[in-house]
Amino acid sequence: MTSFNASLQASSALLPPPALCFDGVTFSHEDKQLLGPCSFNLDGTGPTLVMGPNGAGKSLLLRLAHGLLAPTQGRVAWSGEGRPRQAMVFQQPVLLRRSAVANLTHALAVNNVPRRTRVKLAYDALERFGLSASAHTPARVLSGGEQQRLALARAWVLSPQVLFLDEPTSALDPAAIKAVEAAVREFHQRGTRIVMTTHDLHQARRLAGDVLFLSGGKVREHTAAEAFFDRPVSREAQAYIAGELVE
Amino acid sequence: MENNNAFEVALSLLLNLDASLFQIVALSLQVSILAVLIAAVLGFPLGAAVALWRFPGRGGLIVVLNALMGLPPVVAGLMVYLLLSRAGPLGDWGLLFTPSAMIVAQVVLVLPILAALSRQKVEELLGEYREQFVSLGMSRLRMMPTLLWDARFALLTILLAGFGRASAEVGAVMMVGGNIEGVTRVMTTSIVLETGKGNLPLALGLGIVLLTLVMLVNAGVYWVGELTRRRTG
Repeated sequence: MTSFNASLQASSALLPPPALCFDGVTFSHEDKQLLGPCSFNLDGTGPTLVMGPNGAGKSLLLRLAHGLLAPTQGRVAWSGEGRPRQAMVFQQPVLLRRSAVANLTHALAVNNVPRRTRVKLAYDALERFGLSASAHTPARVLSGGEQQRLALARAWVLSPQVLFLDEPTSALDPAAIKAVEAAVREFHQRGTRIVMTTHDLHQARRLAGDVLFLSGGKVREHTAAEAFFDRPVSREAQAYIAGELVE
Repeated sequence: MENNNAFEVALSLLLNLDASLFQIVALSLQVSILAVLIAAVLGFPLGAAVALWRFPGRGGLIVVLNALMGLPPVVAGLMVYLLLSRAGPLGDWGLLFTPSAMIVAQVVLVLPILAALSRQKVEELLGEYREQFVSLGMSRLRMMPTLLWDARFALLTILLAGFGRASAEVGAVMMVGGNIEGVTRVMTTSIVLETGKGNLPLALGLGIVLLTLVMLVNAGVYWVGELTRRRTG
């Protein structure tokens, strides 16, 4: 376990990230169907951007994929053996009431990384995300942008094969957005499958490998990014890209 | 004896570090601090467990814990008295009218406060952390120490509230301690006794110490609250 991070990085660089398969997935709450039925495969290189108007079910889809919610019907499956290592970054980063570095060592401790390795991995990640100077600052007094970078650093130390991001930049200023997007690219280059929701068309154009477009709880379109932005097929996506108000 | 005069004598007892007065203060602190620590070791995990797990009767347990926060000290004393008296189930231990019995009675009194208030705080934190915890793959058992540590400032405040309750009550320690001079006499019981005897200086001296203690505890609660706001924004 001492080479925890190194061995994982080596293995994820060699192997393609695990593919995600939704098979007839629905999600209902109090007899109201909020999502689905959804069937799709995320087996490309990504990053996959999940787009759509408010209430389309983007966050719900991410939570079902990550396993925070169980589907009412259907199946969420992964290629390969077992459940891949995965992490999620939320719109509002959820940070513990401890120092920045303690937030990272806690996540490593939970994942049974030996004590000696934890501190080194944590400081490496803080440096990578430009947070070295704030290592001992209570996480919750960091700025919004720093908090989101810390949430990304926490995901980074866990070496996930799949990373979910739910509107990670919606509350941030342009400089912080740039830092988050750079981090997303770094995860992608490390071979992590990225599944991210966003409202921002420009951001989607900058990051997307493929786009999963939702509206009204249904997948309307799943295509390569260029095709999606240039020649959207579904009426809803056409309207969304044209800037109309889609329900 | 004039009351003004009694006040002066009380101050001189304090300033001259009167031996009998300080023995009483020391025993009071010893009993209440030990009782609160034991109640914390039992009560905080209990509160966290009730916050974390769903089980039949959970709602009832929460209501009972909340209600027991207002348990009258004499009733707690009576329960422990019945338990420890010669004819009681634990009578063979010979604990009645010893400081140990007083600690047991105060644990009974303080435990519901610590458990009920920590349950509220931990549940509030869990609401905020739950998705992140599930995302990290944490079991409920693993969540418990994380939540208790992250609630540490609130728990310290709760601990001080429990100490305030224990050190200020008279009914429970009187019933199971018996107010025996030099053995189980604490501040509150001797204030009752000395006032009854008309020995106002000692009663007043103890009253001043007790009041000061309560002030310090409340200053502590305030200070911890300020610290929390600064540390967590």
